[in-house]
Amino acid sequence: MSKTLFDKVWDTHVVRKIEGGPDVLFIDRHLIHEVTSPVAFLGLKSRGIKVLYPERTFATADHNTPTINQHLPVADPLSANQLKALESNSNEYGISHWGLGHQKNGIVHVVGPEYGITQPGATIVCGDSHTSTHGAFGAIAFGIGTSEVEMVLSTQCIMQPKPKKMRINVNGKLGLGVTPKDVALFIISQLSTSGATGYFVEYAGDVFENMTMEGRMTVCNLSIEMGARGGMIAPDETTINYVKGREFSPKGEAWDKALAYYKTLKTDADAVFDKELTFDGSKIEPMITYGTNPGMGMGISQDIPDAAQVEGGAETYAKSLNYMGFSEGDHMIGKKVDFVFVGSCTNGRIEDFRAFTSIVKGKHKADDVTVWLVPGSHIVEAQIKEEGLLDILTEAGFTLRQPGCSACLAMNDDKIPAGKYAVSTSNRNFEGRQGPGSRTMLASPLVAAAAAVTGVVTDPRTLIENEELV
Amino acid sequence: MAYDKFNVLRSTAVPLPIENIDTDQLIPARFLKATERVGFGDNLFRDWRYNPDNTPKKDFVLNNPVYSGKILVGGKNFGSGSSREHAAWAVYDYGFRCVISSFFADIFKNNCLNIGVLPVQVSAEFADKIFTAIHADPNTELEVNLPEQTVTLLATGEKETFEISPYKKDNMMNGFDDIDYLQSIKPEIEEFALHLPL
Repeated sequence: MSKTLFDKVWDTHVVRKIEGGPDVLFIDRHLIHEVTSPVAFLGLKSRGIKVLYPERTFATADHNTPTINQHLPVADPLSANQLKALESNSNEYGISHWGLGHQKNGIVHVVGPEYGITQPGATIVCGDSHTSTHGAFGAIAFGIGTSEVEMVLSTQCIMQPKPKKMRINVNGKLGLGVTPKDVALFIISQLSTSGATGYFVEYAGDVFENMTMEGRMTVCNLSIEMGARGGMIAPDETTINYVKGREFSPKGEAWDKALAYYKTLKTDADAVFDKELTFDGSKIEPMITYGTNPGMGMGISQDIPDAAQVEGGAETYAKSLNYMGFSEGDHMIGKKVDFVFVGSCTNGRIEDFRAFTSIVKGKHKADDVTVWLVPGSHIVEAQIKEEGLLDILTEAGFTLRQPGCSACLAMNDDKIPAGKYAVSTSNRNFEGRQGPGSRTMLASPLVAAAAAVTGVVTDPRTLIENEELV
Repeated sequence: MAYDKFNVLRSTAVPLPIENIDTDQLIPARFLKATERVGFGDNLFRDWRYNPDNTPKKDFVLNNPVYSGKILVGGKNFGSGSSREHAAWAVYDYGFRCVISSFFADIFKNNCLNIGVLPVQVSAEFADKIFTAIHADPNTELEVNLPEQTVTLLATGEKETFEISPYKKDNMMNGFDDIDYLQSIKPEIEEFALHLPL
């Protein structure tokens, strides 16, 4: 029978099917961090059970970590305690631990791919919804709850009903200044935050085929924001070139065997999806959100829609605009910006900093904007320096912080103050997400850069001087 | 983690007819720093429930003594956002045993089922009926009957059936969790692991 890419990877990992219940799914790689794992370890302790395959689990500290002075003790005692728990639990159960100060430390969804832990055709879970990022490699990757973290630690399996399948095709050539982030925000704006709930999404079409791995990771990362369990893209030469030779990637004979498996990972021509959507990539413009969920986004040159034009309750819509301090029909261009945040598992990769730098080069940071540039890992940080981007950024009045999740969810000190406006390259604009009372506009690194040098929401296409660099 | 068995629940309910309630509202990130599963109920809906000076916001439903009960009725797409199980813990710890909505986000729904909170998905029409009934009379009682898979407005007898997989239903009715099951098939898992492509 014809199968989709998703079917092939899923079916390969089903240990047992339960009549009237979920599948028992074997998990190849388990990523853990300090926030959603401590209670799972407590569960193991209370049941007196061990970690079945400690070599399949990788621990990284990221959500709570400071982004300055990482060499000093963590000041917040609760954060420090959680980071310590990750370390001691990892040590006790024989799990590799990339804590603060470790060269491999960084955002879990940035370092996983960088070190070759993420591989095509793998099943990957983590107690974090943005685990969907790893689907960029043709893996089945999704976020799980703490009870499920405990399941995976103890048995390397979880129990899940097989989701429905959706394919989203985007074809055509993207316009100047339109990035993978814009493609993702566009799709979410079309589907809403619940439009893909119950589905696993495969992205197909020449827009994704032409994307770099960084771009594909950004798109798959945001799959969860339309309700999908995850998104995936069939592995191709771009994928294989990225994976080959990384520290945890298969080597020698194991590589040949893996490569043979990778090559089977594509949807059969006559395979059927439960739902299929197609969009024209050339119609997408740089995007920005105006509301309090990622589905409330629009082309940057558009006006905020009236309640009558959007799906959903008028009362909920009014609540959202009221929180943002915006009104129906407002232009977004020209809105004042207090903070700019570039980073997170969505846009904390080297390509994002290259894009940001391409706009700010030769210009200067706007005086009354605070800008936090936070690389996703030490590798990204090192690349920013090696490629000369840091010199350009410094010249333009910007500084670089140290790796971590930072203001994406503000579990560390990087909080947007109440009432202030932030253009953020992160993934969520929920009420209070970046700090109590904070107001977030999600956008691409190019839009972030345009705001950073002008102090207001600005169409980045008006600032592009060298098309080669974008 | 073991939890109380769920069979038939009769209770008044708390109405929250807002769409797309995300897990950052259920429990803001700054309250995720615990290393034990205690005290999350105090911070359920923290920023909707309290002013920055920690005084209760009078217009939020959890601060309105007229509404109470073990059932929370939320708007469409309840629990979207993060995978943080802390959101479900906060719901449970506050005292809710059941959440009713016309649509749930996936991970939140899974998390609820894993910790003993029953997510009951009803039609948008029935959800509206429930909201209308509670707003007309906050003492309106609902019956959530898991064995029968029905939810009933007791005053009028109007009812609707809801879906749950037989496996999860059995777990909820007996207070079992998936780890008990997975532990029991460990030899099969270890044998399976020997033949994986990666």
